[in-house]
Amino acid sequence: MLAYVLRRLWQIAPTLLGVVLLVFFLFNWVGGDPAYLLAGKISNPEQIENIRRQLGVDQPIYVQLWIFITQIATGDFGVSWATNEKVSEIFASRLGPSLTVLVPLLLVDTLLAIAAAMLVAYWRGSLTDRLVMIGCTVGQSISILVYIIAFQYVLAYQLGWFPVQGWSESFTENLFKFSLLPIIVGVLVSLAPDTRLYRSFFLDEINQEYVRTARAKGMSETRVMWVHVLRNASIPIITNVMIQLPGLLAGAFLIERFFSIPGIGREVLLAVERSDFPVIKAVTIYVAIATMIINLLADLMYKVVDPRVQLK
Amino acid sequence: MIQTATIDAGPGHTESPGLWVLAWRRFRHDSVGLVSLYVAAFFLALMAASAAGLIASDWGKEVGVSHAPPGFMGPGTTVTPTQRAAMSSASPEVSRGKERDDSGIVDPLADVLVQIRAKAPPGSVDTDVADPLADVLAEIRGQSGSAAAAEARAPTLIFGGDKWGRDVLKKTIKGTETSMSVGLAAAALAALLGTVFGALAGYYGRWVDDVFNWFYSVFTSIPYLLLILSIAAVLNQKGTMTVILILGLTGWTGIFRLIRAEYMKHKVREYVQAADAIGASNTRRMFVHILPNVSHVVLVQLSLHVVLFIKSEVVLSFLGFGVGVDTVSWGSMLNEAQSELLLGNWWQLAAATIAMAMLVTAFGLLTDALRDALDPKLK
Repeated sequence: MLAYVLRRLWQIAPTLLGVVLLVFFLFNWVGGDPAYLLAGKISNPEQIENIRRQLGVDQPIYVQLWIFITQIATGDFGVSWATNEKVSEIFASRLGPSLTVLVPLLLVDTLLAIAAAMLVAYWRGSLTDRLVMIGCTVGQSISILVYIIAFQYVLAYQLGWFPVQGWSESFTENLFKFSLLPIIVGVLVSLAPDTRLYRSFFLDEINQEYVRTARAKGMSETRVMWVHVLRNASIPIITNVMIQLPGLLAGAFLIERFFSIPGIGREVLLAVERSDFPVIKAVTIYVAIATMIINLLADLMYKVVDPRVQLK
Repeated sequence: MIQTATIDAGPGHTESPGLWVLAWRRFRHDSVGLVSLYVAAFFLALMAASAAGLIASDWGKEVGVSHAPPGFMGPGTTVTPTQRAAMSSASPEVSRGKERDDSGIVDPLADVLVQIRAKAPPGSVDTDVADPLADVLAEIRGQSGSAAAAEARAPTLIFGGDKWGRDVLKKTIKGTETSMSVGLAAAALAALLGTVFGALAGYYGRWVDDVFNWFYSVFTSIPYLLLILSIAAVLNQKGTMTVILILGLTGWTGIFRLIRAEYMKHKVREYVQAADAIGASNTRRMFVHILPNVSHVVLVQLSLHVVLFIKSEVVLSFLGFGVGVDTVSWGSMLNEAQSELLLGNWWQLAAATIAMAMLVTAFGLLTDALRDALDPKLK
């Protein structure tokens, strides 16, 4: 087990190097000279020279790459170009709000999707199944933007059931007041594709021999579905949930922007708008690292769920 | 299906039906697939006609009053001509700073002239001070008069108007052109890259495979939308071509993985060995012999990615990182619709949503139908 983990970590190294090179190449070469971006309109050659020296872009390329790698290793990406706030502090303060919305969102969505998928898979071919599947297909075809705009307008602006947007200092108020509508919208958007996907996972299992055996032994349908089928279908479900995790962290930017939640996603958008390269670089690198580690964790979890899985 | 095909190709026939003929036969019986094919074809025709300038070429013309309601809701009962005049003079963006109203054109020298005329001693020759701008003003008044007559603004439009009184229906058609052409072009680029990379990696194996797999794992370890956003931040220039390049250059990974697997499967088959025996080169074996046998995978993926890229384009354009400001796309329409909704004007939101939902659903169902028709072993 330990040997497996170590080998996997070792295999991450080349990929990580690739990500570092890709990001470095993007921001230092494709992006042009950052000094011109930073100096803005009031630029004179002297200032630009100054900024170049501060950023280290007057150095040869391998020195710049080394600076970048030390930045990643120490987690010190300097200060944001836009606000002069330290990049590490930006992340520390934005992670909380993001997680406040995303953790409940992911939990509720996964549980609902599993329940709904199991239901429609059990009654496969019935009217319920077909209606739910049609609903999912149509629901999926509408842009997430429309869901957010419509729900914010109707539920918050017109009916006043939720605050339109906002965030406070208190965690409970954030979770039970400001996060509710974002969570509802987020669950609605991800429920349709997840239900479709999990339904196919359950269908793969439901016709297996062991299900018939369990029924023959006189087990209740609830037990057959929730214990036997669910456990066997859980490997692809775990994969799917884990795959969603890193993308969710940075990808919830639409929800965070619309509801003014000071999370990481909104920070990424602001950074892109302001050409705030240190922040984008840091997000991209750390989210990529998180993705690789989560993939490893997912593989380890397979072993927990299914002892037959061989880690090699 | 397969059995009937083999019967067709019985002793009397020399040629058995190929993959595409068989697939078309299966597809023809799939009513859902056929309908979605028609819908997709309709959108394609719409796109082509709009790109050729046959329809909606004048989408930018301000034909209706500001926020004109859709025609089926009845004429805008609340907007009377006087109110309209008041509205257009109250909100400068309606006429975009250009005074079109006759009464709105004021001689800038009028006050000065009055003063000069008053000051001039009675009986002096200077009393009749001619207005130096008279000719110009007359010209402007004449122009604006004819312009106002020609541009009588409609109180309602078929599917309503936007803030500037542009026809939402025409905007939607133009947006369809933008979003679809971005989706199709980006999907074509991604499919091309994915196929070539996948073919090279799967066919040659060894270090070629390692290199491409390394690329694959690098690109997939950065979440898709984050990667797109960082590239958009770096390029910092908006435009249809930029969006196509961003989406196409980042979106090849899924296709690559599938094509690579197909090539690994096919390269050891007898027909490839036969091609080797008759002296076909590697390139020929890859792209003339194997490619037609995996092209159905490419087609299904192409159709799948069109939807994915259209959705991404809409989000990018909505956020302002997508197509340029002078181009209309579903994303920019949704962006405008957001503030319009607060005034109760839902039609632009509805138009963009319906058009997009129809196209995405049609393409999604078409993908399923294509997959069923091309790969009967599935299910």
